[in-house]
Amino acid sequence: MLTTVSSPFSEHPEIRQRFAELHPPLSAQAAVVESNRCLHCFDAPCMVACPTHIDVPGFIKRIASGNLRGSGRKILDANVLAGSCSRVCPVEVLCEGACVMHRYDRPPIQIAQLQRHAMDAFHASGEPLIPVPPPAIPLRVACVGSGPASLACAAELRRAGAQVTVIERRPLPGGLNTYGVAEYKLPTADSLREVELIRQTGVEFRLSEAIETTAQLEALEAEFDYVFLGVGLGAMQSLGIPGESESIQGGADHETHGILNALQLISAYKTGHITKMSGAVVVVGAGNTAIDAAVAARRLGADPVTMLYRRGPNDVSAFDFEFDHARREGISFLWHRLPVAIRKAQDGSLLLDIEAVQPIGNHPADNRKSDRFEPVPHSLFTMECRTVIPAIGQSPLTQLLAEFRHITVEQGRIAIERATGQTTHPRFFAGGDCANGGREVVDAIADGKRAAHGILAKFNSAAEVAHVKH
Amino acid sequence: MSSIKSGSPHFTPDLAVRNFAGGINCPNPFWLASAPPTNCGEQIMRAFDAGWGGAVWKTIGAPITNVSSRYSSIDWMGQRMMGFNNIELISDRPIETNLRELTEVKKRYPAHAVIASLMVESTREAWHDIVQRSEDAGADGLELNFGCPHGMSERGMGSAVGQVPEYAQMITEWVKEVARTPVLVKLTPNIADIRTVARAAKLGGADGLSAINTINSITGIDLDTLVPRPNVGGKSSHGGYCGPAVKPIALNMVQSVMADPASALPLSGIGGIATWSDAAEFILLGCGTVQVCTAAMHYGYRIVEDMADGLSNWMRGKGFRTLEDFRGLSVNRVTEWKHLNLNFKIVAQIDEQKCIGCDLCHIACWDGAHQCIHLDRVSGPVDGHVELHPIPTSHEAASHNRITVTSVTRRERTQGAGLHSPAHGPYPTPLARIPRVDQTECVGCNLCSCVCPVDNCITMVEVPTGLPPETWDERTRGANCATEPPIL
Ligand SMILES: Cc1cc2nc3c(=O)[nH]c(=O)nc-3n(C[C@H](O)[C@H](O)[C@H](O)COP(=O)(O)OP(=O)(O)OC[C@H]3O[C@@H](n4cnc5c(N)ncnc54)[C@H](O)[C@@H]3O)c2cc1C
Ligand SMILES: Cc1cc2nc3c(=O)[nH]c(=O)nc-3n(C[C@H](O)[C@H](O)[C@H](O)COP(=O)(O)O)c2cc1C
Ligand code: SF4
Ligand code: SF4
Ligand code: SF4
Repeated sequence: MLTTVSSPFSEHPEIRQRFAELHPPLSAQAAVVESNRCLHCFDAPCMVACPTHIDVPGFIKRIASGNLRGSGRKILDANVLAGSCSRVCPVEVLCEGACVMHRYDRPPIQIAQLQRHAMDAFHASGEPLIPVPPPAIPLRVACVGSGPASLACAAELRRAGAQVTVIERRPLPGGLNTYGVAEYKLPTADSLREVELIRQTGVEFRLSEAIETTAQLEALEAEFDYVFLGVGLGAMQSLGIPGESESIQGGADHETHGILNALQLISAYKTGHITKMSGAVVVVGAGNTAIDAAVAARRLGADPVTMLYRRGPNDVSAFDFEFDHARREGISFLWHRLPVAIRKAQDGSLLLDIEAVQPIGNHPADNRKSDRFEPVPHSLFTMECRTVIPAIGQSPLTQLLAEFRHITVEQGRIAIERATGQTTHPRFFAGGDCANGGREVVDAIADGKRAAHGILAKFNSAAEVAHVKH
Repeated sequence: MSSIKSGSPHFTPDLAVRNFAGGINCPNPFWLASAPPTNCGEQIMRAFDAGWGGAVWKTIGAPITNVSSRYSSIDWMGQRMMGFNNIELISDRPIETNLRELTEVKKRYPAHAVIASLMVESTREAWHDIVQRSEDAGADGLELNFGCPHGMSERGMGSAVGQVPEYAQMITEWVKEVARTPVLVKLTPNIADIRTVARAAKLGGADGLSAINTINSITGIDLDTLVPRPNVGGKSSHGGYCGPAVKPIALNMVQSVMADPASALPLSGIGGIATWSDAAEFILLGCGTVQVCTAAMHYGYRIVEDMADGLSNWMRGKGFRTLEDFRGLSVNRVTEWKHLNLNFKIVAQIDEQKCIGCDLCHIACWDGAHQCIHLDRVSGPVDGHVELHPIPTSHEAASHNRITVTSVTRRERTQGAGLHSPAHGPYPTPLARIPRVDQTECVGCNLCSCVCPVDNCITMVEVPTGLPPETWDERTRGANCATEPPIL
């Protein structure tokens, strides 16, 4: 029996020191001044831009008026993981990107910082997530996976009085909020604190339990009325080059080197299993995860850290602010390059063979950039480094999804009805990365919330039918 | 703000005040009001060095004992001191000290105006005595404080005098019996009609008036202790309200005094003045000088620099060479409601290029005006003569039902991941968020142009009605049972 969700976790002091917060919180006075800048737009574009539709002007005005409790409650009404969101959301392309202030020649309202201000106050107050527990309803739901999607679904169902069990294969709950998001944005401890609030609403957590076989799924179907799948994406894709699969990972005393992918590195440092790196590191890829891994390597002590990307700087798929951040952290870039092989040097370091590449043709449809590249002749060279970090995207959980009978999977994503999260199986719902192909935390939360409402709607109409029959 | 004409004439406007109230001269109209900024000679000399033209000494009288705390303020939207409140009494320094310092100031600053503000018990002897001593000390003029709304009035002074025309007239007469310098009476606003006391002062022989003093107030209550502010050991008291919040009230009272021949006298305007433009407004309503307290307490004497500079630049642009060139020009632009032209019509017009899409005008017009700013781009279906439009909450409901996702790829970010997911701003205001005024329904109330955050985005444009001007007075004059509309 676990007392809190974080019992097997304790923050490593060295990690805390190396990954100091990127955006320290606003002071109370600064929050009031900032909140007073908000125009309180009608049908506010920031609210529309938020996938969970947080009433942004509503909560900001409550900060301005000194109604901090009301502000926190207003936010949580729309988004139970709003604490994490305030720290990890790419607000530049969400609420803050939509703020009318852009067109007023003023900086957008610091919505994320204000949200964090209200959520920090809420967490400090020790209040429960659901102030008045609702009467229980005869509805049992299992949420598979404990990432943002499942957590949002679970909390929303608890609000309606359902019984919810979250089943997670890892020892700690929270999904990528706990194991993936950069520590200088959201420390693992803070993610776990937020999950703990959800557990305290009465959600049951079964940790270190994987649902992987048809038999297990059938058992779930028997035990629960509905099942929500929030299993996220699978492992990082491999580079598919010679030498990669040789397990050349080494290190002792919380140090690491060799080949390890971005997610391995990130989850290992976040849980304190790796606390330092040294020597040259090459990260392959230029997405947000690649940048997170590169910055992490840098902060762990690696030098130099170089990112290798097959396209140019204008095609970086990472958000602009992440790219800027990487440069500020001292990451260097090698553009139009692909790795071709990894070899091991005498002294144990790695030799990475790299080739310059150029795209072949353009993708015919919808102006997308070509996905095919050809090497530039005579461009092969070798980089010596201690560590190579593949970071070219997560693969879908193909094997797992194949087990889910009656659930249609399209292009590695579970097919759902957008508004309700329902899969092609009437008792299975899904959301988050496994259904949207991999977006952001807030998208997973919005999916989970919609699925909870979808489940409740089905439950209620079933109850109505039962009532009519009597 | 008035537009400064291009090709302004090249002259340096003269800000000097000459022969105000029958004999007061000073280099500019900016005086410090009788208050903490004029507590002692050392302060006043520093103020003159900073550029103030005159100072009314902190009210002199038998020394009192003050309490602590004494002030409280109204903060608004993060701005400090929109309104300011005090429960302070008159000077707590001995009369001799104040007058000795006054002599010293006058000796060093002969060209500046030093006015002695006075308040003593209501006897002829007491008033004769203090008037003579102040003038002997060298005061350029006297200001009778009939306005202080707290503390002193409980002792039969201040607004206890200023609220009773007969007392005000009597004491003014006593003072005039001996005064050799101009006598100003400072009026309290805490009275139904400020003109009654202004008239009494005039009858009593006053040379001028100062208006307004502070307004009775309780600024607020501490919601932890439940004690109103300012808290003096668990209790509070009615205070006097001043600062930017009171300016409209002061302007109204100044205008009503200056428009009333039985009240009008040379007037020193007071109440919420903080900038040159505030000062210009008071002068346009007839004031010969202006007095400042709260703004100087907030930012210090240095504010006078921009007051003088800004007034001078505005005068240049307008072609006014002296203060007398524009003093009082706006007094007659205020009239009774019944003389306003009922056939003058304006309607709101939105500049779509400037609109930032906050839709505040839409909700303001729907909830607070006449339901004629719409978010739908087309004229609605018609029910009889009424056009039907979606009500505001239906727009909100539609937004709540939208599915928005984060634009994760570069392509999504430039194009938006879907209809409602923004591309990375800044981008032009989407047409759907630019409201539209139904000008046939607009009553021209101004509300939307008041709420619009963008300067000159909503303007009110005149629509010729083709009708000759007609006032309510004209429309009802001669009618059998004409009734005046109540003015609320
Ligand atoms: C390195 C990295 C950094 C990121 N940074 C950000 C960021 O800064 N901001 C942002 O908004 N988004 C970020 N994201 C994206 C974000 O983390 C995801 O979109 C989000 O976590 C998806 O939530 P989810 O619940 O769908 O999946 P996940 O968070 O992946 O959770 C899925 C959970 O299901 C469990 N699970 C999987 N299979 C099984 C099974 N068979 N049985 C039981 N449990 C199972 C997994 O262990 C996991 O805990 C980042 C992603 C990565 C990889
Ligand atoms: C445009 C407008 C019209 C008003 N009309 C009336 C009225 O008809 N009758 C009335 O008793 N008060 C009227 N008032 C005064 C208000 O009821 C209220 O007393 C005043 O505005 C002070 O409240 P507030 O400043 O807190 O809003 C009006 C106020 C405004 C702004
Ligand atoms: S768009 Fe900006 S100004 Fe408008 S409500 Fe949202 S945060 Fe406030
Ligand atoms: S002026 Fe008044 S009635 Fe006309 S559109 Fe604006 S708010 Fe509405
Ligand atoms: S208030 Fe002004 S800026 Fe806002 S929507 Fe209306 S016209 Fe546009």
